[in-house]
Amino acid sequence: MSGAAPLLSVRDLRVAFHTRRGRLVALDGVSFDIAPGEILGVVGESGAGKSLTGTAVIGLLDPPGRIDGGEIWLEGRRIDTLSPAEMRRVRGRQIGAIFQDPLTSLHPLLTVGAQLEETIRTHLPLGRAEAKARAVALLREVGIPAPETRVSQYPHQFSGGMRQRVVIALALAAEPKLIIADEPTTALDVSIQAQITALLRRLCRTHGTGVMLVTHDMGVIAETADRVAVMYAGRLVELGAVDQVVRAPRHPYTAGLMASIPRMGKREDVLAQIEGSMPRLGAIPPGCAFSPRCPSASARCMVEVPVLPAGGAGAACWHPVAEPAHV
Amino acid sequence: MSEPIALTVRDAVCLFDVSPPFLDRVLSGARRRVLRAVDGVSFTVRRGRTLGVVGESGCGKSTLARMIVGLQPPTAGTLRLEDMPLADGSLARPRVQMIFQDPYASLNPRWRVGDIVAEPIRELKLVQGEAAVQARVAQLLETVGLAAADAARFPHAFSGGQRQRISIARALATEADVLVCDEPTSALDVSVQAQILNLMRRLQAELGLTYILISHNLSVVRHMADDIAIMYLGRFVETGPAEEVFANPRHPYTRLLLETIPDVQHPNRDRQPLSGEVPSPIDPPPGCPFHPRCPQAEARCRETRPALEMRDGRQVACFVVR
Ligand SMILES: Nc1ncnc2c1ncn2[C@@H]1O[C@H](COP(=O)(O)OP(=O)(O)OP(=O)(O)O)[C@@H](O)[C@H]1O
Ligand SMILES: Nc1ncnc2c1ncn2[C@@H]1O[C@H](COP(=O)(O)OP(=O)(O)OP(=O)(O)O)[C@@H](O)[C@H]1O
Ligand code: SF4
Ligand code: SF4
Ligand SMILES: [Mg+2]
Ligand SMILES: [Mg+2]
Repeated sequence: MSGAAPLLSVRDLRVAFHTRRGRLVALDGVSFDIAPGEILGVVGESGAGKSLTGTAVIGLLDPPGRIDGGEIWLEGRRIDTLSPAEMRRVRGRQIGAIFQDPLTSLHPLLTVGAQLEETIRTHLPLGRAEAKARAVALLREVGIPAPETRVSQYPHQFSGGMRQRVVIALALAAEPKLIIADEPTTALDVSIQAQITALLRRLCRTHGTGVMLVTHDMGVIAETADRVAVMYAGRLVELGAVDQVVRAPRHPYTAGLMASIPRMGKREDVLAQIEGSMPRLGAIPPGCAFSPRCPSASARCMVEVPVLPAGGAGAACWHPVAEPAHV
Repeated sequence: MSEPIALTVRDAVCLFDVSPPFLDRVLSGARRRVLRAVDGVSFTVRRGRTLGVVGESGCGKSTLARMIVGLQPPTAGTLRLEDMPLADGSLARPRVQMIFQDPYASLNPRWRVGDIVAEPIRELKLVQGEAAVQARVAQLLETVGLAAADAARFPHAFSGGQRQRISIARALATEADVLVCDEPTSALDVSVQAQILNLMRRLQAELGLTYILISHNLSVVRHMADDIAIMYLGRFVETGPAEEVFANPRHPYTRLLLETIPDVQHPNRDRQPLSGEVPSPIDPPPGCPFHPRCPQAEARCRETRPALEMRDGRQVACFVVR
């Protein structure tokens, strides 16, 4: 990664909702890079701002949400200042998005094939027959059985997981440079999950595609991502190589997260949980946002906002969990 | 000794007609096509227990769930909730509620969260008076990790996981006896997931709730389920006590499933997906539906379908391992 210009560079991104009740800061100084061919896993508390980060990058923030600061660069070009029309060209061709919500990305009255062919023909110079063949091939690639029959069906005739795979096929249709995948395998069983993550890894290796992979499944992160970003209350709280973050998390929130995963080996009566819940937007405490729930919080944590160490890797924490002695 | 049965399902079948439109069919000479979403499933669930249903995407789990709660009429077979004896000795219909797989589609975008959660409370007159309704809504929202003030907001202002918590709060609001949970926590991060699963276990212990839990996440099922059913292409291929199935999976498909689970502690970055194309419920393969992908398949597997047979408290549908 060293030296290679990043594919995506997000700098000090701030997003807020401007509501009647005031300005709610939802993303607060988020910075990260994704190199060509790299998979950055994004994890964190539900509502922490993972989807919002993806939505801001592809320029689809809905009012009252708005970018209030920061910069987003794609292949050396600043994209957060582009016009909506220019941004539409970037989307689909350069950035493919897999949304968390498969239903809103699919048109209920068009067949799956028609939607795929339209996306393919908008972005690639292909004729009708070629586009159709590619649509079937894409469905096969994401593991839809009998794609020749399925291609002429409507979204409601697909199961939840199959719709999700259609959305993945749509995102891949124009061979984008960057894929934003928001919970792409959430509704999928382990075997299809393995197929999708293998497909993403293959795209990264062979096409140099970069992927921002948002998921709650730590197993998927551990097996797919190169680096992991952990988010909490609109901030990036830990960033690092996947095996380091998974095996030896430095931020107390990440450590709590790792401890609450149900283990395959045994059935506990009660799962470990982090007590309390994430603060609401607009009620984020001063200092470290995790301090009300943090077992290591000190007086300093209540006043000073911790930041990620220079260079980006590490934990935004005044008292990080000790690094384990090397074994 | 054992609890009474809460749900009895006998030979439930659900077929969908997926033929091309009539005119196209006549012009092209194509035949009618039938998709066998659920193809003859029988089981019972005892009160206060959790049945976990696991299986590949598209194998018919949500269709089965929708039949149980009455949202999808079965093509054949019966699904019956058994009456419950009340304290005074009379019998009552149990209440059944579903937590949906897709938290986006299942919340009315034009309703405030408070009204979404309050609807069943008002409808079923579970508490008297508007103030009591509001208090109950606030309590439910806090139970699932949201704030009482969230009642005034609309669903679009919530993240995916927060919306799932709203639908869980609504399901809890009905005070249902039987909860059919379709991927209840797959949109949640693991720390919120732990809170919800702990809550579900606590409510079950306190109120004797019966759960049918559908999840592709095997570690969640392992944590929650007393019994487990492995589904493949519309049928159960293995059932039994969860502990035993996990400790000693018998059906080749169950074994492959357990081997494919990504493990946080021991990640396998070169994991190969299950080989072979996922068979289609429109054209299921003859014989054992798993044979195109089964490492142990024999000649007879390609011709005859193995029946689900009971042995040592476990049911397995396979010629080779039993
Ligand atoms: N229109 C809005 N008005 C106010 N707040 C909003 C609005 N839309 C989103 N939010 C808030 O923005 C925050 C970030 O949401 P986001 O969808 O990015 O979360 P997430 O990390 O993707 O969570 P999940 O894992 O549950 O999907 C949430 O706390 C949500 O409540
Ligand atoms: N309304 C419908 N019309 C036609 N086919 C349908 C309909 N609903 C479901 N199906 C088909 O029935 C099969 C089973 O679908 P179901 O939604 O039950 O799967 P599932 O096991 O819940 O999968 P997932 O894990 O992906 O949610 C699928 O092949 C699906 O395409
Ligand atoms: S900065 Fe303080 S409160 Fe925040 S995570 Fe670190 S120790 Fe805990
Ligand atoms: S019956 Fe044959 S093909 Fe089917 S699971 Fe058993 S060994 Fe495999
Ligand atoms: Mg999200
Ligand atoms: Mg389903």
